[in-house]
Amino acid sequence: MTATTEEQSRSTIRERLSGVVSQLAAAGALIVVFVFLSVASPVFLSADNLFNIGVQTSYTAVIAIGMTLVIITAGIDLSVGSVAALSGVVGVVLMTKAGIPVVPAILGGVFVGGICGLVNGLLVSVAGLNPFIATLGMLSVARGLVYIPTNARAVFGAPDSFRLLGQGVIGSIPIPIIVVAVVATIGYVVLSRTKLGRYAYAMGSNREAARLSGIPIKRYLTAVYVISGALAGFGGMIASSQVDSGQPNFGMGLELDAIAAAVIGGASLFGGQGTVVGTLIGAFLIALIRNGSVLLDVNIYYQQVIIGVVIWVAVLWDQYRRRRLTAAD
Amino acid sequence: MSSAEAQTKGAKEPVIRLRNISKEFPGVLAVDEVNLDILPGEVHVVAGENGAGKSTLMKLLSQVERPSGGGIEISGEEVAFHGPRYAQSLGVAMVYQEFALAPDLSVAENLYMGREPGRFGFVSRGAERVEAGTLLGRVGLPIDPDLPTGRLTVAEQQRLEIAKALAIDAKVVIMDEPTATLAEKEIQDLFGVIQDLTANDIAILYISYRLDEIFRIADRVTVMRDGRVVDTLPVSDLDEDELVHLMVGREVKNLYPKPETVIGDVLLRARDIARAGVLENCSFEVRSGEILGFAGLVGAGRTELARAVFGADPVDSGTIELEGQDLRIRNPKDAIEAGIGYLTEDRNGQGLALQLGIDQNITLANLPGRFGFINLGAERRTAARLRDELKIRTPSVRRSVQVLSGGNQQKVVVAKSLETKARVLFFDEPARGIDVGAKAEMFGLIGDLAKEGRGIVLISSYLPELLNMCDRILVMREGGVAGVVSREDFSEERVISLATGTKEAA
Repeated sequence: MTATTEEQSRSTIRERLSGVVSQLAAAGALIVVFVFLSVASPVFLSADNLFNIGVQTSYTAVIAIGMTLVIITAGIDLSVGSVAALSGVVGVVLMTKAGIPVVPAILGGVFVGGICGLVNGLLVSVAGLNPFIATLGMLSVARGLVYIPTNARAVFGAPDSFRLLGQGVIGSIPIPIIVVAVVATIGYVVLSRTKLGRYAYAMGSNREAARLSGIPIKRYLTAVYVISGALAGFGGMIASSQVDSGQPNFGMGLELDAIAAAVIGGASLFGGQGTVVGTLIGAFLIALIRNGSVLLDVNIYYQQVIIGVVIWVAVLWDQYRRRRLTAAD
Repeated sequence: MSSAEAQTKGAKEPVIRLRNISKEFPGVLAVDEVNLDILPGEVHVVAGENGAGKSTLMKLLSQVERPSGGGIEISGEEVAFHGPRYAQSLGVAMVYQEFALAPDLSVAENLYMGREPGRFGFVSRGAERVEAGTLLGRVGLPIDPDLPTGRLTVAEQQRLEIAKALAIDAKVVIMDEPTATLAEKEIQDLFGVIQDLTANDIAILYISYRLDEIFRIADRVTVMRDGRVVDTLPVSDLDEDELVHLMVGREVKNLYPKPETVIGDVLLRARDIARAGVLENCSFEVRSGEILGFAGLVGAGRTELARAVFGADPVDSGTIELEGQDLRIRNPKDAIEAGIGYLTEDRNGQGLALQLGIDQNITLANLPGRFGFINLGAERRTAARLRDELKIRTPSVRRSVQVLSGGNQQKVVVAKSLETKARVLFFDEPARGIDVGAKAEMFGLIGDLAKEGRGIVLISSYLPELLNMCDRILVMREGGVAGVVSREDFSEERVISLATGTKEAA
């Protein structure tokens, strides 16, 4: 009995370490970029700048956490950028035109995101559409739905208190950073300790095995897309709060940032792999590269090249490591 | 060794000669200084347990893997390493266990994939079709070369793979467990094709651990263990016990330990299960403590019947009773909750989530916890208990199942079903892809489960397994039940004649 416990705690430590190693490419790159920027730019290491990076990344990070969950199931959610714009505008409209208080209005925006996610989820799990196609459709539909009533013009006039979500501070810590921390913690718990998280990995690793194990695939798969949609909606609300308005054009290409963050952080598009911590590392690595390019006055187009190369290197490293793990006959 | 060498020095020069060839993976010496001669026109079986290095050896020969030491001679000339395409050009063809065919392309297109006749990037379809017809004839597959490959049966696809080998003028055809998915009749046909090939001086290198088969087909046998060649012998110098002894390195007493069980009341009763084009009014019952076999040719509907009862596939009609209670099974979840377990024949494709841990796979069908949260402590205890009960060999239950051997993976699948407290268990080809030692252990385990009073359904294409283990055998033919044979009437001929619908076994 004691032998078993001992052996297990030892292996736990070993496997936790290897879990960290799996994120080493991204984590290592994060540290390298961080140290490099600390030396290269006098402004970088100031609290103001660091908080600034955190605030700017906040909505991407929130959305990327939802994306991670979807990618773990071997799916993809291309609609998050459009859904974030739709939710952000709906939330602001609820505050201004409908006169609903700020908090319920924010929840309304999140709810709209969840509805978009529900449609995605049903298209994938019940109608059997490929996730790429289902969410590609939603990318277009949600963007259209936000343009129709606004005529692509921004919506202003939200109450001052709405700014707190994206711009406020508690003590000296910006609220959006706290929001990311809370969402990430919940995301971590969901992935590691709940049935939803476990089934997400199982469905992504082997859908048929999951079905034959009696997992209600349709229900859980739909739930995953609802969560991704709701987090996209929440990200849209944070972004709206930061610019103090509902922007119909917001979030074009945001889905690619979210996918990049997840993939740099070790999520596999084939499913079954991915963690919240990895995705956060991925999101902040991208943010650091962007921030550094500004601070060092690098031509803005170079940062795109650098981020692309980072995606390649991170994923190649990951594949190399996995191949070594399973190479033995 | 000595007798093999004596034979080599005889009439023919070896077509392939492996010289001290080795392959090292990080931490594992998979093939350790192997010497092997393959003569033209011989059927050379490489036997050994899983992990003995057979598959790696074949990959070295087909240049899928680069050797870490030693060399390969083909027709007396040392060959360089340039990858599988180069090996093919030298006349080494490989028929994989998992076929490398594109289901949407036609038979002819698959046959010539990578070597399309024609010029300047254009494919000469006419030439392709005519030559395809000839080659298909040589492997006894008289089908339209324009047919989409996806419509072929498993046995036909395998024949197509062999035709591909002929298309490149192979001197040696490597077959990796070619009979794993075939039924008896198809195996006989395959052996016929093999005889035709060897008559034309093509050598067959054949990986197998089905003992009966080795004695039917082999000219010489090379036994591998732990990456080394234990011995190479003419098959006439061997008997079954000796071969097992060589493979395992110790005595294996009884491969199929038939348990002494008390057969009780009917547990599961299925009536008139039907599904258009697949199953025709199939009825059967399993009693507590009983092992019921499902026999039949591939495609006869054995797996389909099990899957229908388990709710994995839809049915058109039929009723299922468990301990006298009517069940309504719409999906696997309903079946699992009622107490029915199904262990799939396709472990990697349908049984295991390979990236997840052993513990996570074991509890997948019955996660401990409440309100959507998992009780991780209970999960680990459950996994540790089942690991000990089933003797799953692993340093930690948290390791991912993909690093386990086939036998241990199979035990994880069993553990998962046990965790659901299933009263009736369907084992679909439980011994496939696991080695001799693990096989005996698996059948011992199945016997123990029957002793505990569970009802067992054992599906197998390998008759000795059923004849030894079962109390009754249900024989299926073309989607229907052809008959049920009781243990006192068991005979291979009886089962085969029911399965094929002939009076006498073919």
